[in-house]
Amino acid sequence: MAEMVKLYIDGKEVEVPKGTTILEAAQKLGIYIPTLCYHPDLRPTGACGICVVEVEGAPTPKRACCTPVTEGMKVTTNSKSLRELRKGIIELLLSDHHVDCPSCPANEKCELQSLANYLGVDMNALPKILERKPLDETSIAIVRDPNKCILCGRCIIVCNELQTVSAITYTNRGFEAHVDTFFSMGLGNSSCVNCGQCTVYCPTGALTEKSEIDMVWDAILDPDKHVVVQEAPALRATLGEEFGMEPGTVTTGKMYAVLKKLGFDVVFDTNFAADLTIMEEANEFVQRVKNGGPLPLITSCSPGWIKFMETFFPDIAKHVSTCKSPQQMFGALAKTYYAKEAGVDPSKIVSVSIMPCTAKKYEARRPEMRDSGYQDVDYVLTTRELVRMIKEAGIDYKNLPEEEADELMGMYTGAGTIFGATGGVMEAAVRTAYWMITGRNMEKVDLKVVRGIEGIKEAEVDIDGLKVKVAVAHGLGNARELLTKVRKQLEETGESEYAFIEIMACPGGCVGGGGQPKGSDFARRARRGEGLYKEDKSLRYRCSHENPAIKRVYEKFLEKPGSEIAHKLLHTYYFKRNIVSGEAIEEVTHKH
Amino acid sequence: MKREEILQKYTPELENILFILHDLQDNNPQHYLSKEDLEAVANYLNVPYSYVHGVATFYSMFSLKPRGKYIIRVCESPACHLMGSSNIIYELAKLLGIGIGETTSDGLFTLELSSCLGVCGVAPAMMINDEVYGNLTPEKIRQIIEEKRRER
Repeated sequence: MAEMVKLYIDGKEVEVPKGTTILEAAQKLGIYIPTLCYHPDLRPTGACGICVVEVEGAPTPKRACCTPVTEGMKVTTNSKSLRELRKGIIELLLSDHHVDCPSCPANEKCELQSLANYLGVDMNALPKILERKPLDETSIAIVRDPNKCILCGRCIIVCNELQTVSAITYTNRGFEAHVDTFFSMGLGNSSCVNCGQCTVYCPTGALTEKSEIDMVWDAILDPDKHVVVQEAPALRATLGEEFGMEPGTVTTGKMYAVLKKLGFDVVFDTNFAADLTIMEEANEFVQRVKNGGPLPLITSCSPGWIKFMETFFPDIAKHVSTCKSPQQMFGALAKTYYAKEAGVDPSKIVSVSIMPCTAKKYEARRPEMRDSGYQDVDYVLTTRELVRMIKEAGIDYKNLPEEEADELMGMYTGAGTIFGATGGVMEAAVRTAYWMITGRNMEKVDLKVVRGIEGIKEAEVDIDGLKVKVAVAHGLGNARELLTKVRKQLEETGESEYAFIEIMACPGGCVGGGGQPKGSDFARRARRGEGLYKEDKSLRYRCSHENPAIKRVYEKFLEKPGSEIAHKLLHTYYFKRNIVSGEAIEEVTHKH
Repeated sequence: MKREEILQKYTPELENILFILHDLQDNNPQHYLSKEDLEAVANYLNVPYSYVHGVATFYSMFSLKPRGKYIIRVCESPACHLMGSSNIIYELAKLLGIGIGETTSDGLFTLELSSCLGVCGVAPAMMINDEVYGNLTPEKIRQIIEEKRRER
């Protein structure tokens, strides 16, 4: 039993374990203390000072987020002087802030905006001292606007501690202090892997995706273009909550309907490509098991993870599956298989993908992702961008009648849908690898041991007597920890205890992706994941190899998993990258 | 001294980062830390590149831009201010044809401001590299600069 401490907040008695902060104790009582830099997923830093409270006997107010409780402490959370202090902080922040709320991508999600509103701040209390600084637009995926940064430091903690990428840090001091990359080279010339977690945790519009909305509208409205769209698994478990539904509500039918309404010519589904990825990856796994490696096989669906691997772990590249991500498999097929089947000129096809991800923007523009003869995926929108488009078009998402996806590349199984949650790719691959090895389906396809929000999960899977040790890591900090262990095992003995490893760059998997709505915490990510598992359970087919559309694509076009044409279109190779600049140095694996 | 030799003088522990940065900067004839310097420090101490950048920009004694042979630091603390440091800054800027934070095109002088130099008794004061000059007047400034120009 932890030692308990009794204290009084606004006259109410509360008992909490020693080490609890005043903020946590207040939350337990249901007392609201306004916060700005604080986030439940992250270590508190006390950077902003909004959460100040009065402690009896203390000469100055204390920051509730990082002050531990003491026995008998008497705390006041609301007084005239506290309100003035808090207001003063917001006024100072606003005096140095580019306030363009109506057109800001963070509008309605901005914690500075809502706090200013909540505290009744006078916008013109202080004169503007903002000197407009240039935006960092060097990255394909992420834009940094220093004029909206409030120096809360969340992005720095996320980048350095949660993701261990360390692309950004505090630079200079005092009035000159700002968030910057090494030698101010810009995100696009840094070790940034485009995971976009900073854009999810940023409380304002200082970090956002590089928007492609205008290009997509142009393509939709161009009568000469044939616009094909795919949506990632996580989308269906997220869109609803942006339109007033419970987090984790799965709205697949509404998602298709809204895309048709927005004017996309053909609405397919990335889940189809996820099933295809499983066919190729499970086959690769089975081949590697049969042919003596190299094992472990590590998944390759997460482009943030891929750039991370190329930057920090290029020595294990041969362990990473050669499979492209579902987005890129889809892209390569849209301009070949679909073009052929539908009789559409591939040069007229504009391939759009909607992803919970910012790294997908970077992935789509990798020079090697042109196996169809064109850029396989033309534009990538994040969940946030799609939400903006839906609002722009004035569509009432919540009350939209459900529709179906178009068939050829729209049909999917439960295995495809769970790709969006951590552990899902592993579970889906095991279902199909089992079938490939034994010729029959698993009796119980649920692999619950690899589900859930724990950072690193391990399990032993029994494939008809063949015992396989697997591991799942999500969040790049966890990935680094697991891979450092694997690297050591490989160096020391030439083999690892694991045969198969799934890695996702973002905490929670794609449902917690860097393109997902701002402000979501681990708890909400877990609920979205549960939504996907619920959909998996409700579907007629739950294994990728059962998908009729997958059977058809192999019959008509790809022959069989691992065939020559499958390798040409669906597999890729990796580079070693400069840790300072992120530039590719040399190929470390090669295309077959 | 070569960069590697300087690094090797210190154990690769984070607590040495400021000593290493100072040593590297002092051994550079242009008194600054290059991108390559910061990269080497990060590699040597096994810390992120951005971290070293953050440290090097936090302290005003470090520069990431090449500076002159002579770095003039005029004290801007209250005592010197009351004794007329702004006239001194004005005179220096006029004489050298540069603003604060800039370097003359011949690479000889860089003009900077400094917090208290601890010699308030001889205010207004400034430093040129490691040497302190006090009781400054515009006339004295002209003599000092002329002297330094002759020394080059």
